Amino acid sequence: MSFPWAKQYQPTSAVGKWMDERLPLPRFIFGALGPGYPTPKNLNAFYNFGVLAGVALVIQIITGVVLAMHFAADTRVAFDSVEHIMRDVNGGWMIRYMHAVGASFFFGVVYIHIFRGLYYGSYKPPREMIWMLGLVIFLLMMATAFMGYVLVWGQMSFWGAQVITGLFSAFPVVGTYIQTLLLGGFSPDNATLNRFFSLHYLLPFVIFGVIVLHVWALHIPGSNNPTGLDVKTEADTVPFHPYYTAKDFVGLGIYLIVFSAFVFFMPNSLGEPDNYIPANPLSTPAHIVPEWYFWPFYAILRAFTTDFLGVPAKLWGVLAMFASILLLFLLPWLDQSPVRSNNYRPVSRLLFWVFVAVGLLLGVCGGKPAEEPWVRLSQILTAYYFAHFLIILPIVSKLEKTKPLPGSISEAVLGKYGKAGGAPIAQPAE
Amino acid sequence: MIRLGALAVGLLFVINVLWGAIAPREDAAPDMAKQLHKHPKHMEWAHNGPGNIGILGTFDRAQLQRGFQVYKEVCSACHSINRVAFRDLADLGFNEAQIKAIAAEYEVAAIDSAGEPTTRKATPADKFPLVYANEAAARAAQNGAYPPDLSLMTKARHDGTNYVYSLLTGYSDDIPKGWVKPDTSYYNPYFHSINIAMPPPLAADGQVTYADGTPGTVDQYAKDVATFLTWTAEPKLENRKETGVAAILFLIVMTFLGYLSYRKVWADIKKPA
Repeated sequence: MSFPWAKQYQPTSAVGKWMDERLPLPRFIFGALGPGYPTPKNLNAFYNFGVLAGVALVIQIITGVVLAMHFAADTRVAFDSVEHIMRDVNGGWMIRYMHAVGASFFFGVVYIHIFRGLYYGSYKPPREMIWMLGLVIFLLMMATAFMGYVLVWGQMSFWGAQVITGLFSAFPVVGTYIQTLLLGGFSPDNATLNRFFSLHYLLPFVIFGVIVLHVWALHIPGSNNPTGLDVKTEADTVPFHPYYTAKDFVGLGIYLIVFSAFVFFMPNSLGEPDNYIPANPLSTPAHIVPEWYFWPFYAILRAFTTDFLGVPAKLWGVLAMFASILLLFLLPWLDQSPVRSNNYRPVSRLLFWVFVAVGLLLGVCGGKPAEEPWVRLSQILTAYYFAHFLIILPIVSKLEKTKPLPGSISEAVLGKYGKAGGAPIAQPAE
Repeated sequence: MIRLGALAVGLLFVINVLWGAIAPREDAAPDMAKQLHKHPKHMEWAHNGPGNIGILGTFDRAQLQRGFQVYKEVCSACHSINRVAFRDLADLGFNEAQIKAIAAEYEVAAIDSAGEPTTRKATPADKFPLVYANEAAARAAQNGAYPPDLSLMTKARHDGTNYVYSLLTGYSDDIPKGWVKPDTSYYNPYFHSINIAMPPPLAADGQVTYADGTPGTVDQYAKDVATFLTWTAEPKLENRKETGVAAILFLIVMTFLGYLSYRKVWADIKKPA
């Protein structure tokens, strides 16, 4: 689609030809994920995580559909029905552990995918739309994961629902109305559980739809690559199939090994023990914490402890938490450097790693109780989080002196393999 | 314009949160319970497999049966295991006749032919009945304390198996100076609030007589019942680990074959000429 040298689909059988004239689905797959999609030949292992995220979603949908066959969305029996799945349904323990661990792995993979995009400047023109659709997927994932966690109706489910919907009550005038609408009442109860179950089943398919748009948008300019350079000639690319299907398959195998190690040997290590206690509206857990993938945002939420400009601290925290993700939509316009890859941007590269450290430390702070030194630490880290995107990056990207860029992807790759001069390589037979 | 706006918003958030960071705050009142609280002791468990790391490992059937005996003779006076069915006891190595006999020792609610509530002897298909009809009944009988159901206890506490063992062997009369303990509570640093309403359930060696000749010590009782409660919380543990080993071996072979084909597919591209 994107490059003139992209291979064209040629149906070889009569059936294939018949199909191609009526519904060219094979042609579509050929162009999207097959030999008809020319891909930069220098993609490293980090470019595997988009495919892995897709696989993680499929695992969640398949296991989730099976779980829904046995789950009962009623506050009196929801917890029991989960235990019924664990004890009495054939293979139920495996399906449920895959779903619970799978949620964590989905986020883990997506975080790596996002940071890959940040490092190699994949959000920069002409790929802004891919980046923004990705953020929409991320927001939908957060909503889906939160509501799924509530379905178990354990202690952390109930109190998590209470705290997260309570955030909306910070908004003046409409706040409590929004909270009541989300909960279907004044506190988490059967109405909450039912609407969360309904939405938890719906949103993954919405995510799937946005992923289709995300991949569609990707196929317009084609994949970015570690040099950040545009593809110039056919020598810069290889057909997606068989080259990247073969490479992604290896990555998938490694991913599934790590995933299986968690599912089968430490399935509860990523969750809170409190959620194995049935929900009790009369007993508040000592520390209400979300799952690990929300910790950085939970830390930002709790970092605002003083009223400021007449706005209460709680509202500041909520605004900051939403802003911390929404500001990423502006990133393509905040980063002004004409160079995409941080490989050629020494100052930005340093800042990137500082940001990674800040993000990880924010995660640590978010998992701890709201006590010193964690509150003060998360305040300093939160300040950096906002400064990084909104102040430092726009200025640095303008002033930074970038390193000289290679002439082309092929030149960069050849340098790597120790060969000078441009002998023809990877000329696929016509 | 976007960048100026971003700068303004950024400064607003940064100044705001840093203002909060430099704002003086009161020192948190020292929480004595937190200082006294101890993490569970680390013990070796048969079901944690070689190296105690959790890969491989099966339950010790004899230990599970001893643990069940301790549960039945001691814990079950106050605590239920309502998520466990009598039929599940087959996992412990009991045969069908033994399970029927055990079930028959319990009474469960039923409706008689006249439609009146009555009780009947439990069958293997029944779950272990509740000890108290509801929380209020439990609290009324237990001085206001509520003995929780133990089915999921080892998964509902951090490091659960070690926690149960540590709690059962962690009682102490040596109460630190300054610590306030009501007369109705007992001192146990492994309990989250230190003061626990449950009296030391395993009080003396010889309290339970094992049929298999295992020495009846408090330490042994605690280990056995902690193992039993690990099984009640995770009855599919052995199945899970076996499946895991098979799945991972398969995936390693699959990934290795995938790697070989990857090398072959890419050979013409990666060849250093």
